[in-house]
Amino acid sequence: MEQRWGLPIVAWPSRLRPNVWDGVALPLVLGAVVLVAWASQQMNVPYRLGEALPISLDPRNLPEYGLRTVLRMALALAASLAFSLSYAALAAKSRRAEKLLIPVLDILQSVPILGFLSITVTGFVALFPGRLLGYECAAIFAIFTSQAWNMTFSLYQSFIAVPQDLREAARMYHLSAWQSFWQLEVPFALPNLIWNMMMSVSGGWFFVVASEAISVAGQDVKLPGIGSYIALATEQRDWGAVGYAILAMLVFILIYDQLLFRPLLAWAQRFKVEAIGADEVEPPWFLTMLQRARLFDLLRRLVDYTALLASRVQRAMPRPARGSRPSLVAPRWLDLAWNTALLAGTLVALGYIIGFVRSEVDVREVAHVVLLGFITLLRVVVLIALASLVWVPIGVWIGLRPGLAHRVQPVVQFLAAFPANLFFPVVVSTIVAFHLNVEIWLSPLMILGTQWYILFNVIAGTLALPTDYQFVASNLGVSRWLWWRRLILPGIFPAFVTGAVTASGGSWNASIVAEIAKWGDTTLVATGLGAYIAQQTEKGDFPRIALGITVLSLYVLLFNRLLWRRLYQLAEERLRLD
Amino acid sequence: MPDDSRLICAEKVCKTYQTAETAGRLVLDHVDFALHEGEIVAILGKSGSGKSTFLRVLAGLTPPTEGHVAYRGQTVEGPAHGVAMVFQTFALFPWLTVLGNVELGLEAQGVPRAERRHRALQAIDLIGLDGFESAYPKELSGGMRQRVGFARALVVNPDVLLLDEPFSALDVLTAETLRGDLMDLWLQRRVPTKGIILVSHNIEEAVEIADRIIIFGSDPGHIRAEIPVPLPRPRDWASPRFRQIVDEVYALLTTAPGREGGKRGQRPEPIGIGYRLPSASIQQLVGMLEALAAPPYSGRADLPHLVESEHIEDEALFVLIEALQLLGFAQTERGDIWETPVGRDFAEADLQKRKQIFAERLKSGIPLAAHIRKVLDERPGHSAPEGRFIAELEDHLSEEEAREVFETVINWGRYAELFAYDYDRGVLSLENPT
Repeated sequence: MEQRWGLPIVAWPSRLRPNVWDGVALPLVLGAVVLVAWASQQMNVPYRLGEALPISLDPRNLPEYGLRTVLRMALALAASLAFSLSYAALAAKSRRAEKLLIPVLDILQSVPILGFLSITVTGFVALFPGRLLGYECAAIFAIFTSQAWNMTFSLYQSFIAVPQDLREAARMYHLSAWQSFWQLEVPFALPNLIWNMMMSVSGGWFFVVASEAISVAGQDVKLPGIGSYIALATEQRDWGAVGYAILAMLVFILIYDQLLFRPLLAWAQRFKVEAIGADEVEPPWFLTMLQRARLFDLLRRLVDYTALLASRVQRAMPRPARGSRPSLVAPRWLDLAWNTALLAGTLVALGYIIGFVRSEVDVREVAHVVLLGFITLLRVVVLIALASLVWVPIGVWIGLRPGLAHRVQPVVQFLAAFPANLFFPVVVSTIVAFHLNVEIWLSPLMILGTQWYILFNVIAGTLALPTDYQFVASNLGVSRWLWWRRLILPGIFPAFVTGAVTASGGSWNASIVAEIAKWGDTTLVATGLGAYIAQQTEKGDFPRIALGITVLSLYVLLFNRLLWRRLYQLAEERLRLD
Repeated sequence: MPDDSRLICAEKVCKTYQTAETAGRLVLDHVDFALHEGEIVAILGKSGSGKSTFLRVLAGLTPPTEGHVAYRGQTVEGPAHGVAMVFQTFALFPWLTVLGNVELGLEAQGVPRAERRHRALQAIDLIGLDGFESAYPKELSGGMRQRVGFARALVVNPDVLLLDEPFSALDVLTAETLRGDLMDLWLQRRVPTKGIILVSHNIEEAVEIADRIIIFGSDPGHIRAEIPVPLPRPRDWASPRFRQIVDEVYALLTTAPGREGGKRGQRPEPIGIGYRLPSASIQQLVGMLEALAAPPYSGRADLPHLVESEHIEDEALFVLIEALQLLGFAQTERGDIWETPVGRDFAEADLQKRKQIFAERLKSGIPLAAHIRKVLDERPGHSAPEGRFIAELEDHLSEEEAREVFETVINWGRYAELFAYDYDRGVLSLENPT
């Protein structure tokens, strides 16, 4: 039988002798170590605001830029992982913490990522005065905010869904809280988490320009990377450079996909609790290498040994008798005190925000911003509706052809990662050349990256429809229209809602980069909340940024609560297949 | 009086489930129990009698609300070392191989790697899993998976083995083989285990394995009877003594609600609105009555015999019998079941007549159904939201049970055309869709 990852190994010296796969593995590992070391060194060079960082549109620089962007993304991903593991664990373990952490997460998720950037960049810069590292941290933080929240949600949902019998088995066999976290909860959450990470990285690419070309107090800082390259290319109206940037992104996204996500997805198959389905994925070459090369075998033993030591140390420490969630009959007054503290904290924070905004902004401007928000809301609704009209039929068409669907999937993934800025040249030139209405024709940029979630989910939903239903339909001679109305639409509804929720959330977020488009000296501005926030960020007007972000977050929150959550419930209750 | 042979001892154990609003629902009511060294005790009861909850209290997985549980004289405050459990659903970690799953408990105890491997391989060998060490659970059949469950429990050399319906997810043949293998290990003293508690709903299984059978009564769970099984081993399923004990257990488990302790032939005590209706489907009820009416039974049958020839699971049988009794279609006594005249009429009637009979029985025998009908009759629009009835049920039952009972009464009411129910709107009414 084939040797699998993590399979118990019986100690045979011959197993540690190098094999063919080591020939591939060794250069790859050494090369990666050298590159990472070099790139991290570059992050910490001295820098003073106002200095121009040399960015060149020479395509020969693209590998370097790409590497630095990829490294930032990797660091952000690692940070997101660490954050989401601890945050989700805390929320899932403590009922009181849950009450605070989950709504907070809900709001964090609705805050646009640029909002985080504009507010935190000064703080990061102050942390490392005179060094580029501060800006690098801000950029990494921006990418982090585009990834961490939904990863945390996915983890939290998995943690609370761990089957009761597995929990009982873990307790019965005396796994400590620490052991059952790594042996039970994390493995159970892995498949969903990895899927979510993939989506998150796409989101990170979409905002690559915004996170690397940072504006602080009217000054532009362009960190070396693909995002800055794209920003410069748009400023200088260089069509060739835009083309190179697209090519480079394609290559780097492919590398990410091949080296990280394909192997992870294939590996995560075994963590699924239900039996293996028919669509088991082909083991990717990189995973095969990881599993076969002896080099990694050695590493694995090292990890195993460390784990053993850690568990010994951990066992030596005293631990509480019960490791489960606190019982439901906790003292009433403690709950009451906690709730009161939460409420007081909320009121104080609210008062503080209102005070901060009111110091600069009068009520009329607040009303104006709310109106701007409404305009952006209209755009989101219309665009989601239009995108659904286009992509639902296409998605169903593809979904009915499973062979095609599997080939389309990576393409869609790539399209979702495509930054809006790359389309600025085309859109701006077209609008200027044909004197089109800016309010209407800039809008498609908002849904550029997010419409693919609708397509993606519709394909998945159609694939999941039992073929029996279709046989029945054709057996009964159901007409085309009836077939859509009675079979397909109800059948894919749950998947469609999931896709539309993601798409609408992403569109709100994208409004900040999509309502203002620049191509050289031409700047086109559409009326909307996104444009307002982008403009205030450029000016560095903090009270107005805070106002814009608060209003945007409120819109997203209300929109989710009033519309999507209801549709979701409907889908869950009425239209589930089982 | 100190009794050294007691492995596990429970005194006056009560368990209440606290919900957010209600005052709490009693699931276990003053249960006293002891497991002695060298014995196997089987706990039998209908579903919802709290037998699984009781096992979890003994295991230290959930604390008793009142009372006291001790393992070898030590108060149980969480899973004790020396007590292992086998689960109905196997509860294997799907991302670990067979070997990894078996090693889990040892790893948690900090047993060194080499010893861990050695002991795990021994346990795997013992339970007949050789050759499957590197397989993942999803590659195995149900029977093999449960063997992994047993190996995982036995590898820690448990003093006490708790079995939570370990064979009920398996097919009959597989269950029999595994049960036989377990009994061989026990009888030949090849495992250091000193006592076993088996929760089951299969009567013959319990009589085959146990030295003592505890029968749990429902609402709230309590010990209703205790039957010693002093038969020599290996036990012969066909022997008259074996059959006699099986009959005895059937009789105890199928006595009509409210009749226990009462005189024979006495009318059952009336049940209330909040009674936990057995969730028997119409198809099953009709099938059972038709089978009973036809030869070879012609109206009267021996329950164990009926179970065997009609291929009914014991648990399903209890549900069916209770429903038939409540509706007045059949009665049981000393392990026999016979059709009442109404039951016979029903079996012989055509579809429309059957619906009429069923509607009458619902109105007279099931207070909840009668209550719903009455409310609908009195309401001006002859309709009412489901929420009000479910809320009424939740005064007596847990949220989940209330749902289940509501679904059962909807099912019965729809068949009898006593009332209609619109799922989408959650509304009960007297009209059928036009």
